[in-house]
Amino acid sequence: MTPFSFARAADPAAAVHEGVQAGARYLGGGTNLVDLMREGIEHPARLVDVTALPAGVSTGADGAVTIGAATKNTALAADPVIRARYPLLARAILAGASAQIRNMATVGGNILQRTRCAYFYDPATACNKRAPGSGCDAIGGFNRMHAILGASPACVATHPSDMCVALAALDAIVHLDGPAGARRLPLTELHRLPGDRPDLETALAPGELIVAVELPPLPFAVRSTYRKVRDRASYAFALVSVAAALDLGADGTVRNLRLALGGVAHKPWRARIAEAELRGAPADVAHFRAAAEAELAAAAPLRDNGFKIELAKRTIAAVLTELTGEPA
Amino acid sequence: MYLTVNGQTKAVDADIRTSLLDMLREHLGLTGTKKGCDQGACGACTVLVDGERIVSCLALAVQYEGRSITTVEGLADGEALHPLQRAFVAHDGFQCGYCTPGQLCSAIGMAGEIARGVPSVVTADLTADSIALDHDELRERMSGNLCRCGAYNGIAAAIAETFAKEPA
Repeated sequence: MTPFSFARAADPAAAVHEGVQAGARYLGGGTNLVDLMREGIEHPARLVDVTALPAGVSTGADGAVTIGAATKNTALAADPVIRARYPLLARAILAGASAQIRNMATVGGNILQRTRCAYFYDPATACNKRAPGSGCDAIGGFNRMHAILGASPACVATHPSDMCVALAALDAIVHLDGPAGARRLPLTELHRLPGDRPDLETALAPGELIVAVELPPLPFAVRSTYRKVRDRASYAFALVSVAAALDLGADGTVRNLRLALGGVAHKPWRARIAEAELRGAPADVAHFRAAAEAELAAAAPLRDNGFKIELAKRTIAAVLTELTGEPA
Repeated sequence: MYLTVNGQTKAVDADIRTSLLDMLREHLGLTGTKKGCDQGACGACTVLVDGERIVSCLALAVQYEGRSITTVEGLADGEALHPLQRAFVAHDGFQCGYCTPGQLCSAIGMAGEIARGVPSVVTADLTADSIALDHDELRERMSGNLCRCGAYNGIAAAIAETFAKEPA
């Protein structure tokens, strides 16, 4: 691990003051960054510990919920408001990692965690994300876990977060602070597709810090869930995951819905094509399947991951069908 | 830096890069906590911080100054084993024993989570006030601790006997 200096930030302004310095990185629970530093993938010159920044879940007068970026994953999933009003978010968080890691990991760090692509983690291989311009050994390599949507000839990595898939479905807004001041960014615009610069993963400016995540009110999210399909029943990354919320009309049609996919792209994948297909359509498995077909029409398989296309379609249809039943 | 482990606060002089795991083992002589994968995948290094379980391999020691750390060495009361330790003995909850310190700390942390009503991914009703530590809950909640010997039946039986109100 490359030597670094260490600072604790007492508030966002102090953190940003430290974070704009060359080579500085914000440190949350460390469950991803410490591992990447040990593996020689990341070598920050300075770590700015932001775990003492605001944490907790609060509900505003307008019903919007604000989550401090330092909130631990466990605390967010266990929050009574999140469990009752946004069950897809609680379930997505609980589907990720292990209890030990959820006790350490922060909301901000979860959003900014990096891909678990094995080639990104192996300095002996070519990786445009780790070493821009070096190529991509995942293309043509072992790519069973890799992207089927939005990938590029430069990178086929996936974003590993479960929580972010639910946040994408919920139209979450990320509150940022930085050297140029505060701003707000939809979660769906925070992560980038790889294009020809997979080393640039987010829309954050240098030194920008996530201070909070806001969930707009979404009353029909009481009927929502998250399903994660993986190689073992627990403690594994997603092959495909689906976050969904469904608003059923009295006439058996879809009044509204939210749908997002994980494990399929370089960013949490909001399934807007399928959503548009289904608004006003009959809430039955045939229409769910047709909407899934439309969403996955652009999917491009690699050597080992073609199964994800059918898996994603089936999982979308299964989750929406489950949500047509009474809320659990 | 100063670290409080098993009720004792000690000054330690170590490189800022030192993980909590290496700090415990190499600088404080507490070798009960084990290094398995050193990348957060096996749970052998699980310790309790203010009663909550974490993997000490992914923790920088400097982040845990001022916190109350409990390792496997801090579970027994003198020669009197913790009830969970006694149950592990009674149920053969180990073969080689390498994962045992992590299993013990993890299960004690898990019992605290159950008591606080923290749900898991297999909890059917997220709004329930209390959650029973049944068969599926126990196994899901302990999935962060691997046992290469495959002593899971004994481990699960020991945890269930100690912490579950109903047989799991």
